[in-house]
Amino acid sequence: MRSVRGEARAAWGLLAPALAAIALFFALPVVGGLILSFTDFDLYAIADPGNARFVGLANYVGLLRDPLFWKALGNTLLLVGLGVPLSMGVALAGALLVNSPLARLRAVYRTIFFAPVVTTLVAAAVVWRYLYHPRFGLINRALEACGLPTVDWLGNPRWAMVAITLMAVWRAFGYSLVIFVAGLQAIPGSLYEAARLDGAGGWQIFTRITLPQLRGTMFFVAILTTVGFFQIFAEPYVMTRGGPLNATLSIALLMYQQGFRWWNMGRASAIAFVLFGLILTVSVAQALVRRRQEGGR
Amino acid sequence: MSRRWRAVALNLALAGAALATLAPLVWMVSASFMQSGEANTLPPPLVPARPTLAQYTELFARLRLGRAFLNSLLLSSAITAISLLCNSMAGYAFAKLRFRGRDRLFGLLLLTLVVPPQVGVLPLFLELRALGLVNSYGGVLVAGIATVFGIFLVRQFAQSIPDEVLDAARVDGASEWRIYRSIVLPLLRPILVTLGVFTFLSAWNDFMWPLIVLTDQAKYTLPVALANLAGEHVQDTELMMAGAVVTVLPVLLVFLFLQRYYLDGILAGSVKE
Repeated sequence: MRSVRGEARAAWGLLAPALAAIALFFALPVVGGLILSFTDFDLYAIADPGNARFVGLANYVGLLRDPLFWKALGNTLLLVGLGVPLSMGVALAGALLVNSPLARLRAVYRTIFFAPVVTTLVAAAVVWRYLYHPRFGLINRALEACGLPTVDWLGNPRWAMVAITLMAVWRAFGYSLVIFVAGLQAIPGSLYEAARLDGAGGWQIFTRITLPQLRGTMFFVAILTTVGFFQIFAEPYVMTRGGPLNATLSIALLMYQQGFRWWNMGRASAIAFVLFGLILTVSVAQALVRRRQEGGR
Repeated sequence: MSRRWRAVALNLALAGAALATLAPLVWMVSASFMQSGEANTLPPPLVPARPTLAQYTELFARLRLGRAFLNSLLLSSAITAISLLCNSMAGYAFAKLRFRGRDRLFGLLLLTLVVPPQVGVLPLFLELRALGLVNSYGGVLVAGIATVFGIFLVRQFAQSIPDEVLDAARVDGASEWRIYRSIVLPLLRPILVTLGVFTFLSAWNDFMWPLIVLTDQAKYTLPVALANLAGEHVQDTELMMAGAVVTVLPVLLVFLFLQRYYLDGILAGSVKE
């Protein structure tokens, strides 16, 4: 017979491996990271943890005074500010095309647009490094063929972050596109028919029906994309190592360099928590905007 | 514009976008069959003049990329198998078994999804160092034993299992473990395929954690080995493209054959409660 106590015992038995792993290798490190960020844990402390001292907020204050941190923050915000709208715009445009009743071979296109998402990031970064080559790269050759001026994409500090952003958009938009297509398909066809009967044009239908109906999906995709772009690490690591002149140093890359090249683990943990705070703030802000929109309707 | 011309324009736009999306991958494959130095001539060729396997031979015979390939394959498979087991057990328990604090505990787990992985990376490294797991396959593995996303996905799916099936088995005297093993697990198959594809691809593509935990070149996974090579062989375009092909091909194939399951996972993950 069904015994409640037996069921509970079985439940804990089944949960034990997953919960233990999450507690040991996720929760504990996160709490440890917070503590670490209030210490001066460095190379000497790795040899003997007794060498680490509690320094309060010194790591966070130090970051505010560090020009390199502001540089990395600026770079990351540029990446997010440029990459998120671009990625979402491309994804939405692509989704509208794929979802159009006039489109052929829809499944094939969906697969093609999704391929960059599953492409190993490091491999993609290696390929794009050569695509961006000022002399032999395909991108500059294409610009030249169109009669446009060429750009030293990864060598020029003014363009390097843009180059990284474009590559990240190429890799990310397919994911959002698939979600947008599902969102578009969930819009009831009767809404479109009614609008057409009222004599609405294509643009009116897009702004009055498609976009409002897609709001929930847009919100989800926006959060997902923002979080992803904030964490960018492998692209600059492989393509530029953060250069030239730290123009592509992202916050995650700065954290890695501080932590695992210079072994400033206390300071690196502070950087990680600043990144966490940023992501949380932006996500909450997006959620508030969404709630306001819903209330206003 | 007539409907016909609109259809032509739309399909041309789609084809153009698809071509632009695929161009980097197509060029990668093409350049990997070129002779050394061929890609860096003017005007840069799009297809190899005399296709050669020299770059691949170099990778496997001299640079021993085969070892990294094997490391990646074994680690990704192990992570997939272990996490499927742990996540399916936990997801089923959260969906179907009653115990005190169940929903609160699950809510707590969902909350951890907002924490970016970077936050735990440094202390985890120190923890593994204390456990003697740095520079070991085990060190790479621990970060993937169980995932909240996986538990969430299984739970969503397991909720559709009828209670009557489980109760009937209990009446027949089956133990709870037996019920999970012989009744629940087969019913979960579709979602486990989805989660398996998802896990394998992310484990294969993972970069930051293996880069941190592995120091010995013989233990490198493919992405780490490739990034390392990319630093040493900046000028060898064709060689690096071959390395990129070797790294990307397995995941692209897995995706092509199992994409239905993979896309299912993405859409299931995007369902709002």
